[in-house]
Amino acid sequence: MGSAFFRGMNHGIPIGLGYLSVSFGFGIFAVKNGLSVFQASAISASNLTSAGQIAGVEVIAAAGTLLEMILVQLVINIRYSLMALSLSQKLDKSFTAPHRLAASYGITDEIFAVCSAQPGMIVPAYMYGMILISAVGWVLGTVLGASAGEILPNSVSSAMGIVLYGMFLAIIIPPSRKKKSVLFVTVISALMSLLFRYVLTMVSGGFAVIICAVLAAGIGAWLFPVSDEEEAEQ
Amino acid sequence: MTVAVYIIVMAGVTYLIRMIPFTFFTKKIESKYVRSFLRYIPYAVLSAMTIPAIFTSTGNVMTSVVGTIVAVVLAFFDQPLIVVALSASLAAFLTGLIV
Repeated sequence: MGSAFFRGMNHGIPIGLGYLSVSFGFGIFAVKNGLSVFQASAISASNLTSAGQIAGVEVIAAAGTLLEMILVQLVINIRYSLMALSLSQKLDKSFTAPHRLAASYGITDEIFAVCSAQPGMIVPAYMYGMILISAVGWVLGTVLGASAGEILPNSVSSAMGIVLYGMFLAIIIPPSRKKKSVLFVTVISALMSLLFRYVLTMVSGGFAVIICAVLAAGIGAWLFPVSDEEEAEQ
Repeated sequence: MTVAVYIIVMAGVTYLIRMIPFTFFTKKIESKYVRSFLRYIPYAVLSAMTIPAIFTSTGNVMTSVVGTIVAVVLAFFDQPLIVVALSASLAAFLTGLIV
């Protein structure tokens, strides 16, 4: 139990650091839109998501309806359903219903990615360790950004914008190098993402990610079904 | 409407989106196709989120591209996540000092 928790924390350090910088920006953004430091921090602590929070603050600032808030969150965050479903297949038997209810809170792009890349099954303590350090980074960054957005020089805060993407590359590149099936899926998904970004621009970012991921993984699963041996090695 | 109501609705929707599939899919999915699909989903999601967003992630294409190249090279040689992530950021920062 203890060691899995600390292993999770350890694996969560890059996530926590990345979140610290990203949520710093969120804190500044929230205060600019008329929220207090406490409200901004409460949003970060209760949502633990980047794009959804930014869109949510926009709805609040524009005094939008609750229906609008619900729809915006659904569209932007529905990708978490896909991740949760994928991760549900990788849970150890010790992951009982109360643990699932608790750990659901922390399914973010990054935590999902790092958990998925782990060999073998995931135990609750591992996820809790990772969620804890990530959430601390996320909330702390929000507090700092909201209360003292000007302290960091712009050159530093802008360079931190690449941290999480760098981590994503570190997750997808090594398996892409070793398996042509994974390489195929990542390349197809990236090409479709470019298409949505520059041609089919009427599709929102949240939807575009879902469409790219479902199509790329769907074609990949059709062309390269995962064999039982391959499954065992993960 | 108070801000608290917005925040509660926002957090509630976001939680349910995560909780429902995570909690209610307790059985192992038998279909080989679906299992393969779910295995590929992480890579597909991350790839779509990274490309092309990474190229504008620092607010400057030049520093972003240099950071990306550093990340790709280090990731190719299996460096740990934190090394790749922070080196990319450092490279972007240093490039920003020059350009």
